[in-house]
Amino acid sequence: MGRPGAGGRFGEFGGRFVPESLVPACQELERAFDDAWADPAFRATLDAVLRDYGGRPTPVTECRRLSERLGVRVVLKREDLAHTGSHKLNNVIGQALLTRRMGKQRLVAETGAGQHGVATATAAALFGLECTVYMGEVDMARQELNVFRMELLGAEVRAVHSGSRTLKDAVNEAMRDWVATVDGTHYCLGSVMGPHPFPYMVRQLQRVVGEEARAQCAVVLGGDPDVVVACVGGGSNAAGTFAGFADGPSRLVGVEAAGGSAVGNGIPGVLHGMRSLFLQDEAGQILEAESISAGLDYPGIGPEHAHLAALGRAEYDRVGDDEVVAAFRLLAQTEGIIPALESAHALAWLVREARASVPAGASVLVTLSGRGDKDVAQVRERLEGSR
Amino acid sequence: MTPHAPPAFEAVLRARRDAGRKLLIPYVMAGMTEDWVEVLEAVVVAGADAVEVGIPFSDPMMDGPVIQEASLQALQRGTTPAAVVDAVGEAQLGVPIAVMTYYNLVFRAGHRRMARSLAAAGIGAAIVPDLPLEELGPWATEADDAGVATILLVAPSTPEDRVARICARSRGFVYAVARMGVTGERVSLGPSTGDVVTRARAATDLPVCVGVGISTPAQAVEACRSADGVIVGSALVRRLLEHGGPDAARDLVADLRAALDRA
Repeated sequence: MGRPGAGGRFGEFGGRFVPESLVPACQELERAFDDAWADPAFRATLDAVLRDYGGRPTPVTECRRLSERLGVRVVLKREDLAHTGSHKLNNVIGQALLTRRMGKQRLVAETGAGQHGVATATAAALFGLECTVYMGEVDMARQELNVFRMELLGAEVRAVHSGSRTLKDAVNEAMRDWVATVDGTHYCLGSVMGPHPFPYMVRQLQRVVGEEARAQCAVVLGGDPDVVVACVGGGSNAAGTFAGFADGPSRLVGVEAAGGSAVGNGIPGVLHGMRSLFLQDEAGQILEAESISAGLDYPGIGPEHAHLAALGRAEYDRVGDDEVVAAFRLLAQTEGIIPALESAHALAWLVREARASVPAGASVLVTLSGRGDKDVAQVRERLEGSR
Repeated sequence: MTPHAPPAFEAVLRARRDAGRKLLIPYVMAGMTEDWVEVLEAVVVAGADAVEVGIPFSDPMMDGPVIQEASLQALQRGTTPAAVVDAVGEAQLGVPIAVMTYYNLVFRAGHRRMARSLAAAGIGAAIVPDLPLEELGPWATEADDAGVATILLVAPSTPEDRVARICARSRGFVYAVARMGVTGERVSLGPSTGDVVTRARAATDLPVCVGVGISTPAQAVEACRSADGVIVGSALVRRLLEHGGPDAARDLVADLRAALDRA
């Protein structure tokens, strides 16, 4: 997984479909990121912050009881143990450092489940930047505590009332803010999506997940895992994970929410600055995704995933809400780890496919992208409601 | 390659500009109300030189709350791109018509199919704000072939060399974005309005029309001190959302027309 081609293309996907007002800002960001990424001092600062502040490297945990239950050897990449409780910090620390380097003072961000919003608010506090987070009002209701967390960290959370009032609409609103404020504001996009260079930049900032995991697997498993699994909304934890393994032999699997399966049910289109796969109707109106997990409630997918799917280098499958809740409980009860509902999608796929498309005894790395504290109330409500 | 003859859309606007008239281009969101075609007729009667017809999209990223609301209302009424194009074609408005929509609707329909259906309906131009210069090729080729003018945007943030390239590729007119931000009414013109117009004008002899935040006759007059014309969207669409209907549209456009003609 290298640099995209001319114009930010991954095969036929990607590109930069933004209003003229934003083109210069995207070009500036591309230059600034390339410059920073090639600068050893920038990379050293980033690594040091992720280590001393973020808690990297995160461990790989061998799951003995879960492995016994499933009949395959499961190891987890523990992004839930990174500061703020998810892989999102990797990306925002990089973008916040870049924001300072570009001389900007404010971050805007979108958030679904609140993980990226919390991470952005955290980075803003750490580096003394202003921060505004857009969040759909449906998501604000189901992730109340994360809203309070962001506010506690000094960020302003703005409710988005338009459209489906979830992640897709939060992206629209963050982009509208950015158009009006682009001189002093950086749009800290949370996933491998949006106009070039975001999909590439966010993947590079997340590849630490995959690179660490591969080195750790060499120790724990004695080599590459047979299968590498990660959940996919926009797809940042999956992109970062896959980037560490794509040049090896491992089978790569991205798991989408059944109600937001852009690879399964989407067709090529253009939204949020990128050409990719989107759920849409015959005329091209974007459809609303529907998932128990606010973080995967997105009708598209990052363009590099669309490309990996087209190439066949990674495969994409989907799981339903009931399977997800079952996997959420299974990991809690077998390993004492409460996963984020997003991450539970990757586990749910493995529960279904173990001893089926994943042969007995195979080794499987699952990226546990985040911890599930934020989801406990929602799962409780659902379980009590079904009694 | 021989240079394209200016499309009919452009020829009409150039002629009016050259005759000393300031161009008034109202924007109406297609399908937002039952009587939207009558609204189009009303703004033409009231003195519009061209009409910009919005085709509603689910995710109008460059639009503020008023146009967003109108888009939603139009979609809830079952408005489709094909139905909009048909209705505009049947209306035979007698002035140049441009459609404004987002790229996914064009991409989904297919470049050639969309360009030809616009041309067949007598729609002379298209504005696709999320299709910048670098991504323009496949659409613009088909649009040129079909005789549909692709109107490009110049923003306050656009650097000099890009202004020149955008103006060279634009057809019909050049859309000067008055301010950084989304569409919507503002209490005053953006401070960069005159500057962006001046920079565009230095690069082209196409008409240069200003949009985004032109809400009142006074603002239209002020913008036209440097520009050849104005596009008025949210101020008109808000009146339609408030159930003003064709009468309110006619009144606003007549006021704008009178102010521009007086100035």
